[in-house]
Amino acid sequence: MTDIGGPPQAATDSGRPLLAARNLTKTYGRTHALRGAGIELAAGEILAVTGPSGSGKSTLLHCLAGIVRPDGGEVTYGRERLDRLPEERLSELRRTEFGVVFQFGQLLPELTALDNVALPLLLAGTARARAHERAGAWLERFGVRGQQDLRPGELSGGQAQRVALARALVTGPRVVFADEPTGALDSLAGEQVMSALVRTARADGTAVLLVTHDAQVAAYADREVRMRDGAVAGAEVTS
Amino acid sequence: MSTRHILLGLLAAGPSHGYDLKRRHDERFPQARPLAYGQVYTTLQRLVRDGLARVEGTDADGGPERTRYRATDDGVRELARWTAQPTPPAPFVTNEIFAKVVVAILTGGDPAAYLRAQRAAHMARMRELTALKTDPGADLATVLSADYALNHLDADLRWMTTTAARLTTLTAEVDTA
Repeated sequence: MTDIGGPPQAATDSGRPLLAARNLTKTYGRTHALRGAGIELAAGEILAVTGPSGSGKSTLLHCLAGIVRPDGGEVTYGRERLDRLPEERLSELRRTEFGVVFQFGQLLPELTALDNVALPLLLAGTARARAHERAGAWLERFGVRGQQDLRPGELSGGQAQRVALARALVTGPRVVFADEPTGALDSLAGEQVMSALVRTARADGTAVLLVTHDAQVAAYADREVRMRDGAVAGAEVTS
Repeated sequence: MSTRHILLGLLAAGPSHGYDLKRRHDERFPQARPLAYGQVYTTLQRLVRDGLARVEGTDADGGPERTRYRATDDGVRELARWTAQPTPPAPFVTNEIFAKVVVAILTGGDPAAYLRAQRAAHMARMRELTALKTDPGADLATVLSADYALNHLDADLRWMTTTAARLTTLTAEVDTA
């Protein structure tokens, strides 16, 4: 089949997945969000996690991204056990190796688009001029350079998501976690966001974990994993 | 599907030989079943018989003689009528996916397993179509036809998801019918 740019190898050069979860459990109060979920993401792979509302797909993403610690099970990133890492190291990974895009609301409203994208670089110690230069290049790549001086409130939903993507990718992460990135957009704006994300991820070899309830969005991925009741319902392999 | 109106529409956009018409059809409707030459020539003869198209002349270009056709004023009026008229929404459910689920229930099969396999097949086709329409070289006809196919496959998927959730109830209803 003809995927956009072609799917990557199924595993990293060492034969291990880049990111893997096994038998994850997570409970919020009396709600069992995850009941033994497992998943593997290869380097450069674009993987869609789909399923009905409440099936645990967002909780799975949060555990994999080191945002939430699971109650049980393992999350492995390369050779590190993510679920056991100290908060400091997790925070470093989230700054340097992971990028995150949510449905909306992740941009800081008081900063311009350019400053929003430059922010992760500034936090990592990049000089201001260099950070702005790189942020500008990323806005260009996502077709929103013309909006660099606007604040999030002045952007359309699709423009704001492309700025958010630029911010998630500006540090050159190995994995991007996208939780319903087109959920608040109409279908054409959603298509622009997904095309931009997939094109960029393929070009740079960035892995993407994409959570969506929308099959047309999942069709941008190399592979789909279905979740139901906090566990993986059935994985299908493509090509 | 009215091949007659589609060919007349292509002809109204510019006079054409049967061979060129077939080529233009396959370009404009890239995801449609390609037309057979025989069907093109038969349709052209009927359009001429009905006064919607006429023979404009013949060309040879050093090769075999080819008849050039053009749409008549009546043909253009007929196209305006056809394109403005709503197509009746399909009155019957004749889908094979639906039929397989019901038969699987009737015969003690595994409809849930079938639905999972069907979803995988649908998703594989949707990935192909998505790659097709997001290719930087994709023309508008390709994008529109891929969108059309994607939305229909997506509708199937939504029905399959609901059906998988309903299966217990559905099985009970078919069993007692």
